[in-house]
Amino acid sequence: MLSMTMKKNSTSRLLGLSSILFFILCLLPLHLQAGPRGQPKEPIVFEDAQIEKDYLELSEELRCLVCQNQNLIDSNAELADDLRREVAKMLKQGKNKEQVTEFMVERYGDFVLYDPPFKAQTWLLWGGPFVLMFFGIFVLLKKIKADKDEKHTDSSALSEQEKEKLQAILKNK
Amino acid sequence: MKKQFMTPLIIFGLLVVLLVVGLMKAKYVRDVPSPLIGKAVPEFSIPTVEDQQQMFSSEDLKGQVSLVNIWASWCVSCRAEHRLLNVIAEQGIKIYGINYKDELTDARRWLNAYGNPYVKSAHDITGRAGIDWGVYGTPETFVIDKKGMIRYKHTGPVYQQDISEKILPMIKQLQAES
Repeated sequence: MLSMTMKKNSTSRLLGLSSILFFILCLLPLHLQAGPRGQPKEPIVFEDAQIEKDYLELSEELRCLVCQNQNLIDSNAELADDLRREVAKMLKQGKNKEQVTEFMVERYGDFVLYDPPFKAQTWLLWGGPFVLMFFGIFVLLKKIKADKDEKHTDSSALSEQEKEKLQAILKNK
Repeated sequence: MKKQFMTPLIIFGLLVVLLVVGLMKAKYVRDVPSPLIGKAVPEFSIPTVEDQQQMFSSEDLKGQVSLVNIWASWCVSCRAEHRLLNVIAEQGIKIYGINYKDELTDARRWLNAYGNPYVKSAHDITGRAGIDWGVYGTPETFVIDKKGMIRYKHTGPVYQQDISEKILPMIKQLQAES
């Protein structure tokens, strides 16, 4: 009996160990996942505080094209890193923020901006919330007016028909 | 009473329709519309993968209808479309490659192993040309007309359907242009 449990214990321990090993093996391919190879890169350094400020602002406003719900500064994607470096390089060359933004829009379209300009394709984006708000106000006002009108006509009073019905009930009692 | 009950239901119904339409369209959301369509190809001149002494430049793309395909040996979807590229290259379609952020040895090994459909491939090790082409994910395929102008962009691997329904008809149409 004792040897049985011991044997059982060692089998389950073996099972446990091998499943852990299996789990680790499963993780390995993640480590080898495809992506461009490269050396760890130099950090981006600024000597001019104003350029650094512009750089940080631009990296907040520009979208990473790979992980589209992140901006350049949040994203770990390889392309985001390349674009951050490009932004830094252009600013250091003396280009201003507008020129850098234009450079990005020329290549990736308005999509790259988190603050897109107002034009034919974006009117719904900018105007939509206001349209909805006015619609809401309109419905609300209408409802308030309807409630008011209802209060003026005394709905608690009985109609002729109801009065007759009431009389009939009372008589029958 | 009945009307009061219906209004939220109708609003809810409209909302459902809106969300379903959004979900159906979601698979196209990744396709960033390229502002480069209708513009000349970006200027570049880069040594080729095949021969580092030889250059591939934007000038090469003038005077003929061609495809420019952005690829890399580390890109899994590139391998998925590679066979198709070999097939259409054999049919006489000119395909130029931009080898995006790849090691030279890896790129060459890939071409040896899976075949080389490209007239030549630029070795864009830094990805700088990729930025000029508005590349945000490999593979990407551009259709270039005789004047060296970008006319169409396909993001992601091309499938048989994309080739036969969109790219080949487009090439035929552009070849007819003077």
